[in-house]
Amino acid sequence: MTDNLTESIQEQVKDAYYSSRALKIMGNSTKEFLGHPVSGEPLEISGHTGIVNYEPTELVITARSGTTLNQIEQALNENNQMLAFEPPHFGEDATLGGAIACGLSGPGRARFGAVRDFVLGTRIINGQGDLLHFGGEVMKNVAGYDLSRLQAGAMGTLGVLLEVSLKVLPKEDYTRTQVLDVSKQSAFEKMCQCTELPASATAYVDDRLYIRLSGSENTINSISTKIGGELLDNDAAFWLNVREHQHPFFRESNSLWRLSVPPATPPIDLPGQWLIEWNGAQRWLNTDANAKHIRTIIEPLGGHATCYHSPLHSKEDEHEIFHPLPEPLMKLHHRLKYAMDPNGIFNPGKMYPGL
Amino acid sequence: MSHPIEKHEAVSPGKKNELLKNLSVILPRHAILYLPEDLHVYECDGLSAYRQTPLLVVLPESTLQVQQVMKICKHLAIPVVARGAGTGLSGGALPLGNAVLLSLAKLSNIIEIDVANRTACVEPGVRNLAISEAAKPCGLYYAPDPSSQIACSIGGNVAENAGGVHCLKYGLTVNNILKLKMVTTDGDLITIGSNALDSPGYDLLALMTGSEGMLGIIVEITVKLLPIAESAQVLLASFNEIPQAGNAVAAIIGAGIIPAGLEMMDKLAIKAAEDFVHAGYPTDANAILLCELDGNSEEVSEKISEVENIMLEHGACDVRIAQNEQERELFWKGRKAAFPAVGRLAPDYYCMDGTIPRHRLSEVLQTIETLSREYGLPVANVFHAGDGNLHPLILYDANKPGELEKTEELGGKILEFCVEVGGTITGEHGVGIEKINQMCVQFTSTELQQFHAIKHAFDPDRLLNPGKAVPTLHRCAELGAMHVHNGELPFPELPRF
Repeated sequence: MTDNLTESIQEQVKDAYYSSRALKIMGNSTKEFLGHPVSGEPLEISGHTGIVNYEPTELVITARSGTTLNQIEQALNENNQMLAFEPPHFGEDATLGGAIACGLSGPGRARFGAVRDFVLGTRIINGQGDLLHFGGEVMKNVAGYDLSRLQAGAMGTLGVLLEVSLKVLPKEDYTRTQVLDVSKQSAFEKMCQCTELPASATAYVDDRLYIRLSGSENTINSISTKIGGELLDNDAAFWLNVREHQHPFFRESNSLWRLSVPPATPPIDLPGQWLIEWNGAQRWLNTDANAKHIRTIIEPLGGHATCYHSPLHSKEDEHEIFHPLPEPLMKLHHRLKYAMDPNGIFNPGKMYPGL
Repeated sequence: MSHPIEKHEAVSPGKKNELLKNLSVILPRHAILYLPEDLHVYECDGLSAYRQTPLLVVLPESTLQVQQVMKICKHLAIPVVARGAGTGLSGGALPLGNAVLLSLAKLSNIIEIDVANRTACVEPGVRNLAISEAAKPCGLYYAPDPSSQIACSIGGNVAENAGGVHCLKYGLTVNNILKLKMVTTDGDLITIGSNALDSPGYDLLALMTGSEGMLGIIVEITVKLLPIAESAQVLLASFNEIPQAGNAVAAIIGAGIIPAGLEMMDKLAIKAAEDFVHAGYPTDANAILLCELDGNSEEVSEKISEVENIMLEHGACDVRIAQNEQERELFWKGRKAAFPAVGRLAPDYYCMDGTIPRHRLSEVLQTIETLSREYGLPVANVFHAGDGNLHPLILYDANKPGELEKTEELGGKILEFCVEVGGTITGEHGVGIEKINQMCVQFTSTELQQFHAIKHAFDPDRLLNPGKAVPTLHRCAELGAMHVHNGELPFPELPRF
């Protein structure tokens, strides 16, 4: 059944390649709001489901890309394991393929690493309809160029993900969250110290600093006492809301921007409301500032800015969703796109014009 | 001996003179080596079985000079092989007779340690260990620790995506770098990644890491630093049977413990190490496991007794926890000296580097034993048990005619078996020139074509380290490597004789 599906996906890609027809790769469309709209013939992946291999003691899970994150997380949960990068779902039936293609990581990112750090192998179809397998199910593998991690965050523009192998981690024994009422300045200092603590997530919003600690119960309790603040009840719900953008902060009506900066960057001089995560490295901004102004401020800080939502979205703004790349780097992107997808059939323009 | 590099046309004396003339305009005299006695030093890297005198060697002292060298070589269509400290074990930096060997050894400055952001910005010639030494006063260190860390350079680590004994918990080079500056084959300088945790566009940082000098010349690296763990404890467990040790490893991981290091050695390796450094290893055991935990002191003590129980439950005949820092270092000394120790057992040894799914370990070791008997060459096994990376060390005597060839054949068979059980031909040493033939086994012709297309995107004239890392389809067909994928014969498009 699934093999037939692989074949039919492959056939559709080959047809599109020969006729240079654009394809819009579709999972369950939970993250369609990210990036530029794509017009093209739908290439449905959501039926390509199932966990192919999961051996808890090997710390690896392999699943077809249409498998929902919920299914994967449930299987891991039964063995007390997790996807440590905590992928945002943004919808009930978010798929594995979508999570990898969008390259998004949740609250645990600063401690455990990003999506791409957990990608061990992929099966993909390239722009000529070839079925290819890169990486594998082992932790260490340096044979050939790393075309698996390259897929993470490429938004489907470099290939159709069919199957992904991910490294998984055991869940920590015990988790609790402390909340501290602190000034912005003091919050930054404390977040900076968090890399030395068993802190598995941090968030600063509405003058409150949330520190999630994970480890063995005794250790975490003694560290909590040192940190101070109050114990947060039902902290799992809080972190879920932050991850899924269900926290009240994300209900503002202005544009929502994601700023990625070196973690110790001092508070940034831009108007709006802030929610700061990842010990300072990921900063959400609700603002009416325009893209150009945001990027003029953020670039000298060594960071970049992505627009998530904009009520003002107009055609003129569309080229500004992702941070512009310097010309020599963009040239390399075009050449790489050509190497993987010579006729430019996969999600054209999803990230940047011509990619 | 004849190394597996494909034949290439020699550079004419006229062209070599033109090259020298151009280079001497941009480089100081001492940065260009061309006399046979000077070139001799550079004829191999850590894989000394393969040797080749380079056309000439350049040692640029600045990024600008690297850019100029690349521009000259591009203009004259002369290939370039980049070299770091020359400790690589797969011949990735093996010179070519028609190519400039570009040594990055003189780019050896630590540019900045950023304590607040926990990063270090360094030039490619900086030694791996030197980064941790420089960061130590700030309570920080750089996690990947290949066994050659005293000598190997960070540029080479990036080129080969180097690992070490702490990979399971802390990742490989690819998980520990943030930003690269790279000189392209055109001589342009581009920045990949950033000081933030992620960057816009494609993940070129992942693509560059482990690309073995085939895509660009790395001239600056920003690495992540980690706080030095408050406490580290190591435990040594002995087993009468290898499968027992294998099961103990699975049980530790299954119990939700991620050790900082988890190493296995077999009987031959144990005996060699013990004779060499007297680490107190049990020479009557068939396998030992070294398990190190790090982190918060309380948590480490708690978990180490949990590990001790697991070892005993799985049949360990002896478990010892290092009682102090001295004993901890002694336990590790045996493991770290395993390669040279095994080296004392025979005139030469050949170090392999396959990765396997851990649960296939017993089967793989049995196959290695059978092959070892078949070829009449002893094999000692050292295993990064936590992450499945196996280093069989084949003992041989290069002075016996045909023995190196026999060793290579045995090594090739071991790697092919690693692929068969779902693993890979290289976990951390890279393909280089050494494992170029086994690439035909691991990848199909379409996959190799995809690699060549990637290479073409960066280096259309094939000037960077040509002939390494990715074999030509022609080579694979000639080898007759029968990679039967989905029941199809490989390379059906090529004629067979």
